[in-house]
Amino acid sequence: MTFLSYLVSGLSLGSIYAIIALGYTMVYGIAKMLNFAHGDVIMIGGYMSFVATAHLGWPPLASVLLAMLVCTVLGVVIEQLAYKPLRAAPSLAVLITAIGVSYFLQNAALLIWSSNPKSFTSVVRLPSLKLFDGQLTISSVALVTILACVAIIIGLTFIISKTKIGKAMRAVSEDKAAAQLMGINVNQTISVTFAIGSALAAIAGVLLCSAYPILMPTTGAMPGIKAFTAAVFGGIGSIPGAFWGGLLLGLIEIFGKAYISTQLSDAIVFSILILVLLVRPTGLMGRKISEKV
Amino acid sequence: MKLTKTGQKRLVSNSITYGMVVLAFILVQIVDSTGHLTSSLRGQLVPICAYIVMAVSLNLTVGVLGELSLGHAGFMSLGAFSGVIVSLGLRDMVGAGPLRLLAALLVGAVIAGLFGFVVGVPALRLRGDYLAIVTLAFGEIIKNVINTIYVGIGPDGLRVSMSDQASLGLGETGTVILRGPMGAVGVDKLASFGAGIILVLITLFIVLNLVHSRSGRAIMAVRDNRIAAESVGISITRYKLTAFIISAALAGAAGALYALNYSTVVARKFDFNTSILVLVFVVLGGIGNIRGSIIAAAVLTVLPEMLRAFNDYRMLAYAIILILVMLTSNNDRLKQLRWRFIARFRRGTPQQEVDHE
Amino acid sequence: MRTTRFRILSLVLALGLFVLAGCSAGPTSTTAGTTTAKPAAAIKIGGIGPLTGGAAVYGSSVANGAKIALEEVNALGGLQFELKFEDDEHDAEKSVNAYNSLKDWGMQILCGTVTTTPGIAVSAESFKDRIFTLTPSASSTSVIEGKDNVFQMCFTDPNQGIASAQYIAENKLGSKIAIIYNNADAYSTGIYEKFISEAAGKNLQVVSTTTFTDDTANDFNVQLTAAKNAGADLIFLPIYYQPASLILTQADAMSYEPKFFGVDGMDGILTMENFNTDLAEGVMLLTPFAADATEARTVAFVAKYQAAYNEVPNQFAADGYDCIYAIYEACKKAGITADMDAAAICDKMIAAFTAADFNIDGLTGENMTWAATGEVAKAPKGMVIEDGAYVGMQGGN
Repeated sequence: MTFLSYLVSGLSLGSIYAIIALGYTMVYGIAKMLNFAHGDVIMIGGYMSFVATAHLGWPPLASVLLAMLVCTVLGVVIEQLAYKPLRAAPSLAVLITAIGVSYFLQNAALLIWSSNPKSFTSVVRLPSLKLFDGQLTISSVALVTILACVAIIIGLTFIISKTKIGKAMRAVSEDKAAAQLMGINVNQTISVTFAIGSALAAIAGVLLCSAYPILMPTTGAMPGIKAFTAAVFGGIGSIPGAFWGGLLLGLIEIFGKAYISTQLSDAIVFSILILVLLVRPTGLMGRKISEKV
Repeated sequence: MKLTKTGQKRLVSNSITYGMVVLAFILVQIVDSTGHLTSSLRGQLVPICAYIVMAVSLNLTVGVLGELSLGHAGFMSLGAFSGVIVSLGLRDMVGAGPLRLLAALLVGAVIAGLFGFVVGVPALRLRGDYLAIVTLAFGEIIKNVINTIYVGIGPDGLRVSMSDQASLGLGETGTVILRGPMGAVGVDKLASFGAGIILVLITLFIVLNLVHSRSGRAIMAVRDNRIAAESVGISITRYKLTAFIISAALAGAAGALYALNYSTVVARKFDFNTSILVLVFVVLGGIGNIRGSIIAAAVLTVLPEMLRAFNDYRMLAYAIILILVMLTSNNDRLKQLRWRFIARFRRGTPQQEVDHE
Repeated sequence: MRTTRFRILSLVLALGLFVLAGCSAGPTSTTAGTTTAKPAAAIKIGGIGPLTGGAAVYGSSVANGAKIALEEVNALGGLQFELKFEDDEHDAEKSVNAYNSLKDWGMQILCGTVTTTPGIAVSAESFKDRIFTLTPSASSTSVIEGKDNVFQMCFTDPNQGIASAQYIAENKLGSKIAIIYNNADAYSTGIYEKFISEAAGKNLQVVSTTTFTDDTANDFNVQLTAAKNAGADLIFLPIYYQPASLILTQADAMSYEPKFFGVDGMDGILTMENFNTDLAEGVMLLTPFAADATEARTVAFVAKYQAAYNEVPNQFAADGYDCIYAIYEACKKAGITADMDAAAICDKMIAAFTAADFNIDGLTGENMTWAATGEVAKAPKGMVIEDGAYVGMQGGN
């Protein structure tokens, strides 16, 4: 029973990582950049939902929509102002800019909402599920998180494989120049990718804060790094990879704590990560890099 | 002996780099002796040296080797803690501070270099972001593990425990050096600006010589085109590993210098953010540009202190400056303008617009 | 290659110019923000604590509390003070930088640092420079050890660990105890270590000890399940209130209802914006300060704080407030004036603080006195949360 309870915790945590990792991996796949500000967009999403529910008294679902709207706009604005001028610059220059944006968002949030932590009221207000005569309790947030993650991955897979914009995304990620020659608007495609990634970040932020209801300007930082790890773990650029990478990372984290050591849980997670990468050098689902001479 | 044209150029360039460091040292000494050096700046001299060594050594990995490392602070951490343990362990045996500092720097470098080997062997098989994530993971592991280690000196030597202070069983006579998350406390401040500058010069000597040596050319050939380099018989792994180990060892020495400048040091300091900070120095100074790394490390260490006048908006201002610098330095139009400006001064010498990235 | 070099160099030079500009603009603009300036000769108090980053809430609270006290003290019309509070990002290096920049400003007394690790680094400097130091909340004994000029306003960590074990044993609060602490945090580990050794002597049965780090401070299912399976009826939480609020929420979600016992870091949980105080019902804690106490001094302070910052003060704010009053009283007693140099002030202040007849009534304790080691003597208040408010625990001291 304990095992099942850990399993649910791991899946729920992993689902949050997976949703964040999807944002990382989509942007990476198309813009070939590590968007380190992604974690902080999550935090902004959390604050938006908080302001809507706690200050404005909006219903939970409306607050999620507001968070998604604000984050989408924010993501596109960041892309236009900070990343687009660097399209031709080396990828490390963009990485540093992303870090600058991350500092900016954190410190702006600090000035706007102060350093005092806020307690987040879960947007999922259903009673928790009690199974096996109350021996196993599954919180409704955990269930919603896992379901949301599955729904998102199905939705994304559909968009990418079936729609026109999805095709454009694949083409841009394959070869930017060739895609442009084929009449694809590369800039617009990248903007759309940022928009989708940021909307996902908003959802992840709301779910993260619902499951672990505390909100500070630094809330997004650590989940951001973990999700980045998950994205690479699964094979960066690969959407199913981000999903499985996120889930596995969550499971390893919880099971590592439960059955090996709580003190060394971070070391365990990252050691397993290294071991996996040694066996599969391009992550779980990463494409083999074929090199041309 | 007649130097070739490129050889001459290199000699001039290297001399400028060394000269710049020596000049900075002399300048600071002059200002200090006239009593005009602020406490604020004086306090930052040693960390600036440590960060310069960090930036130059990371530039070896990022710029010369062409691999992204996100865990450079992990090596700094290893150097810092082994250096602190050595300096405190030798307290009763060696009286002279400089000797203990030297021992700490050496041990710090050796330990970090050793781990550079351990991490490098598997990690260098990976490429790009996968290598980056392994170094990131390594940094996190180091941080987590050091947070659980307790080290003390008893009558019979060093004792190490992974649970808590009591289990060291030191009794009355022993001293505790490392206390898990509380870190090392009561560290002697052995580091000085002079020692820092010497370390910077040694670092430059090692790195510049490596870059311009046969191995250095091989490493850069590997960076620019791995397959071509392989096909002419350059052994990738050996050269890459050498550079990576040297980079790690220098970071270890920097860590020891850094740690011995404060009376306490904790593992939390050497986290992902510190790795990123050093990476910012490298990228802003110019990837592969050693002199740029030195300047960027010095300026960006002082900058947040200068921004104290902004009060609450300090870190916001820092973030904005960082973004603006990245945007302007990569702006094509500005680049061309500056280009025309430079061309006016150097008419006659044909230059090509080659961006080394 | 060449262009890169020029590009970067010119940029960095431009950056350098900006820095110089900022530098020369510095002194004139500093009087605006965090500085509370007074025209007449004022004694310069420097403050250091995290105002940005993950620990910002502690530094900001201390700074705000200290500012309120400073205005009150200056309004009395006697000795005048000026306070400048600098950010250290909860980092030893930045803290020493902040300390040095305060020295350049002409600091005569240091009220800092707020957190422990920076505190150890800075107190070593202030000991060397002979600047009197009173830390509001850096609670490790390493901060004061071997430094005659460094005093604490808060309890030391060992002190809290011992007091908690004694309190639990004497009042028979639990028979099987589980502990969850932060093993990446000096404060938490410091209390835990003393608690565990004291618990052994008091025949307290510790059945489960689990940890977390700042990086894994979100999911506590494993730690709580371990405690539950071990049959723990009391969970000791020597941690800050942010992770504690998550633990309470998750224990509630899994219908696990042990007693919870916290230390002073738990204070703040009730006033966290939007927190469901039902979750904290029955939580016990040892704390020197309670924001909803009915005592006149606290009521006045809380009202002022809320008016100024739109937030309910936590114990850090109270510590900052008390520090300024303690410095004020000691300055008055020692006959300190603004024209004295820091070293002279330091010796007089040490004598004043350790004098037998020196005691302070503040928000965080009545009749507080200081030992020559720098440690404060005050009685922790045992509190229990009932109906969303602190109530003095019966049987407590």
